[in-house]
Amino acid sequence: MNKIPSALQLGIRRGGLEIRQFSRQRESVVFTLLFPVILLAIFGSVFKDTIAPGVTFSQYFVAGMIASGLVNTGFQALAITIPMERDFGALKRLRGTPMPASSYFIGKAILIFVSMVIQILLLLGFGVLFFGLEMPTDPGKWLTFTWLVLLGSACSTALGIAFSIVPKSGRGASAVVSPIVIILQFFSGVFFVFTQLPSWMQQVAAIFPLKWLTQGMRSVFLPESFAAQEVAKSWETERTVVILLVWLAIGIFFSVRKFKWDRD
Amino acid sequence: MSLIEVKGLKKSYGDVHAVRGVDLEIAQGEIFSLLGPNGAGKTTTVEILEGFRTRDAGSVSVLDFDPQTRGHESRIWRNRIGVVLQSSADAGDLTVIETIKHFSGYYSNPRNVDEVIHSVGLKEKESALIRNLSGGQRRRLDVALGIIGNPELLFLDEPTTGFDPEARRAFWALIQQLRTDGTTILLTTHYLDEAEALADRVAVINHGVIIEVSTPTELGGRATAQATVQWRDGDSIRAQKSDNPTALVSSLSSTFNGEVPELMVTRPSLEDIYLEMIGGVDE
Repeated sequence: MNKIPSALQLGIRRGGLEIRQFSRQRESVVFTLLFPVILLAIFGSVFKDTIAPGVTFSQYFVAGMIASGLVNTGFQALAITIPMERDFGALKRLRGTPMPASSYFIGKAILIFVSMVIQILLLLGFGVLFFGLEMPTDPGKWLTFTWLVLLGSACSTALGIAFSIVPKSGRGASAVVSPIVIILQFFSGVFFVFTQLPSWMQQVAAIFPLKWLTQGMRSVFLPESFAAQEVAKSWETERTVVILLVWLAIGIFFSVRKFKWDRD
Repeated sequence: MSLIEVKGLKKSYGDVHAVRGVDLEIAQGEIFSLLGPNGAGKTTTVEILEGFRTRDAGSVSVLDFDPQTRGHESRIWRNRIGVVLQSSADAGDLTVIETIKHFSGYYSNPRNVDEVIHSVGLKEKESALIRNLSGGQRRRLDVALGIIGNPELLFLDEPTTGFDPEARRAFWALIQQLRTDGTTILLTTHYLDEAEALADRVAVINHGVIIEVSTPTELGGRATAQATVQWRDGDSIRAQKSDNPTALVSSLSSTFNGEVPELMVTRPSLEDIYLEMIGGVDE
């Protein structure tokens, strides 16, 4: 008797399968990967002014787009597609096999991470070519960028899986999830300069991860001098890490404890 | 040896008592069919055995394991069983062979992917995307995914819904082959002819209790039930119930001086018996 494959091994295999499946859904590939680029094209063409000396709106907006890309690609996509998989009976079938839940989650995390990397490369490439985006030169900033993407996409994946419990059906999922994400984007300073928002909005946004991801991305793409113009007069890096870790823990807790494989 | 042992199983949803004390024993190597109308507690019972639902009372042992146990033990248990559910329509963007190959990776000793594809008759469709399969082909894929892990015990829920008669016969042959290979099968079906063709024993469940467990030929006293002898007498068709149909036929034969016109001797079908049984306990 051979041993059953480990959860990690199966998770990696599921990641490969998820990517293959996703790559065959042409509409969602185009939409997911190019949507941030399209938004950058629109906003970058409309707002030509500078926000601070040496900081164009495009530069500010790219930081927000990468952060909200993490939320769209992870949280939003999973909280909509998992209830659909549940409706189809796909999850129940998986439940009937020896594949553990953790492998399913790992597979989703891999899919989200890979599509996030492609999305970021497209966005940065497009920004540099057409909107004068300036890339950071300090290796420390790239280090910040790397952990932000890793932690942000883990957090977004976990919360997306956890939130998939909420929609009653696959058909209604989008109506439940999309407004939450859009409101969060407005509140978190993705489409507007955060400090120009009413302070109650800022305070609401500060509860959720997107504000911190956006601010973290600004610390990567905006000059150090801009930190003084943030609400706390600094990038609040440590606080960002703590808040993202707390949300990651909340996401994992609910995913593991409450995940629903079946409709009822 | 019993592969499945259920004693005093109970399950309620709020005020609805779906299962009200079910006892079952299923032996190794048999095809056991659970029959019952919708809402009789059939699905609930099977889903408890499959580990999808928890029970309120009673004891359940499937392959010497309590199906509601979670964790690593449950993975080892699932490695030994196969489940074919009523409907699934997922992963339309993968091909048949990709899907079966992937699922085979979940198990420690899977069957050969190619052999399984052959045995369910999907060889010609192996490179087709699942979303381009017909209903019956999809169902055969479901079965392939249920048996790919080389299970000791297979749960089959309404496996041939939507099959044409030819595909059903082919499917029955596949199931009989699985039994020959030593797989124990718990079959739930609405088709009485299917239960009759496949099952070694059948149980009838209604209102959350098992009414009878028997072989398909003996269920409800079927083997000893009166036979109906029917023949043509002039312009009319006559029928008579009898405990001794042979004697009746022989006396008819002498009356007609040889051949009895349009002679037919029948016993109640499994379906007749079944309908009588589930009708009989209606409150």
